[in-house]
Amino acid sequence: MQVIATRPKSLTDLQFTYCPGCLHGVAHRLIAEAIDELEIQDTTTGVAPVGCSVFAYKFFDMDMAEAAHGRAPAVATGIKRARPNMQVFTYQGDGDLAAIGTAEIVHAANRGEHISVFFVNNAIYGMTGGQMAPTTLPEMKTSTSPYGRKTDDVGFPIQVCELLNTLQAPYYIERVSLLSPADILKAKKAVKKALTYNKEGRGFTIVELLSTCPTNWGMTAIDSLKWAKEKMVPYFPIGKLRDRGEE
Amino acid sequence: MAKVLMKGNEAVAEAAIRSGCRLYFAYPITPQSELIEYMSRMLPKVNGTFLQAESEVAAINMVYGAAGAGRRVMTSSSSPGISLKMEGISYIAGANLPAVIVNVQRGGPGLGDIQPAQGDYFQATKGGGHGDYHTIVLAPASVQEFADMASDAFDLADAYRIPVMILSDGMLGQMMEPVEFKEAKTDEEIAKLDNQHKDWCIHPKEEGEAPHHNEINSLEIDPRVLEQHVLDLEKKYKLIESKEIKVEEYNINKDNDMVCVAFGTASRIVRSAVDQLNAEGKNIGLIRPITVWPYPYATIANALHDKVKKVMVFELNLGQMVEDVKLAVNGKVPVGFFGKVGGIVFTPEEIKAKIEENL
Repeated sequence: MQVIATRPKSLTDLQFTYCPGCLHGVAHRLIAEAIDELEIQDTTTGVAPVGCSVFAYKFFDMDMAEAAHGRAPAVATGIKRARPNMQVFTYQGDGDLAAIGTAEIVHAANRGEHISVFFVNNAIYGMTGGQMAPTTLPEMKTSTSPYGRKTDDVGFPIQVCELLNTLQAPYYIERVSLLSPADILKAKKAVKKALTYNKEGRGFTIVELLSTCPTNWGMTAIDSLKWAKEKMVPYFPIGKLRDRGEE
Repeated sequence: MAKVLMKGNEAVAEAAIRSGCRLYFAYPITPQSELIEYMSRMLPKVNGTFLQAESEVAAINMVYGAAGAGRRVMTSSSSPGISLKMEGISYIAGANLPAVIVNVQRGGPGLGDIQPAQGDYFQATKGGGHGDYHTIVLAPASVQEFADMASDAFDLADAYRIPVMILSDGMLGQMMEPVEFKEAKTDEEIAKLDNQHKDWCIHPKEEGEAPHHNEINSLEIDPRVLEQHVLDLEKKYKLIESKEIKVEEYNINKDNDMVCVAFGTASRIVRSAVDQLNAEGKNIGLIRPITVWPYPYATIANALHDKVKKVMVFELNLGQMVEDVKLAVNGKVPVGFFGKVGGIVFTPEEIKAKIEENL
């Protein structure tokens, strides 16, 4: 009998704590598969965020750190500088990375810190119950924007990749989505590329993964995929913003 | 080694490097600028990492990361910056990580000023960040002691996996005094230090080593597990209280007319006043806590001999350590207090007059 699919070695046996229809599990799997394929499990370490994926430090089977809210890029910097021979990645959501951790991500990117950032954007604070995020779309209703996000009051959703693309140092910046099997395959390529560059010591890499939150969006899993394709993708265009490895 | 004339800020930096500190993350703030500048000059020369962080918050989280990777790491700041670091210090304490933090205190609250003060005593000794935790706090009174405390701080941090703060002030940071440094650790010794925490720290799996999944973490979502975690921390704190108290007793004897208590810069001025009074025939003792957490309560209680009718506490704040002295004295005699704030430092004459008033 031939095994054609199995749980990646780089994931522990723990059951994920995510809601039905959530895509964090997919994102975890892509990262773990890429680590396995690159054979870097023994030298890789990750930093988990605060948010729904707070327990990521239990799910990846390697040494892991749990950071304070938004501080993962700073923690990853400390680890990378202390253990330069390791591959260090952060796993962060939109509230963590694009609100409370704005300074840390911008400066880690600006230093060209040799880390990989996996940024899961689902336009909402999931764990705390669906509050407005820095990436919440205009007019989108959340538990703290019950009348819809008013851009004249709280501004527009932050396009993180475009923002970081104004900096000189980052090596690789790409936005992908997890909204269909084809998108997931493309996302896998981007994740693997980031970790490959990491392994090769090329510089700062970030992959933004557009995701959903059926629970807090108040939708079925299928509807949330459809909604994300219709509403999120036009605002957060899929694509490679920079790839110094291919210039 | 011959003595060299150095500022406290530079001396503590040099001593930290000699103690095997090869990672330093910080943000500029007066009056500790010479410390960060010294590190930026000297760490690259020993293949160390100097990184000027984008903020105090980032700096302490870089420390969290490097400490989680099991290596000797330090940061420094001054009062307003230390306030910003408190979140990170709480996480470091919660995750059982060793780290050294230097606070070159200045006047507060808020931006305050850039002159010496001791207004961060409560913050340093009673927690400062959120949750039940302690930081070992060392309070130097000279440039020499400031430097010596760097290696003590790293040793304590490693032994107990705890953040250790050196609580100095703008006076000690800025003034120059002769210092004699300890022998610098060799590369072999440093390599050994960097490998001492492999049973729990983030590190690559080495040849022959079993796969490991070490977690650097302060989160325990199950209340029963968190309860046990916090009780385990408390056990560690009790052990530290039983073993690591350091205090200087100056002219403490059974015929003391009065006992004074002061720490750090304030204690030097009080000592001058005590010397003058004792030369005039009085018998005044001075207790100088060197660790302000754990605090030498017993030393103070034991110094309350029959003739002592009052204990006087002198601080460069409006009365913070005096609360610990009152706990130690436990109502046996009155406890008086005199302090100065705003970065104004009292004179020996002022202290002498206060002691005489209260004799």
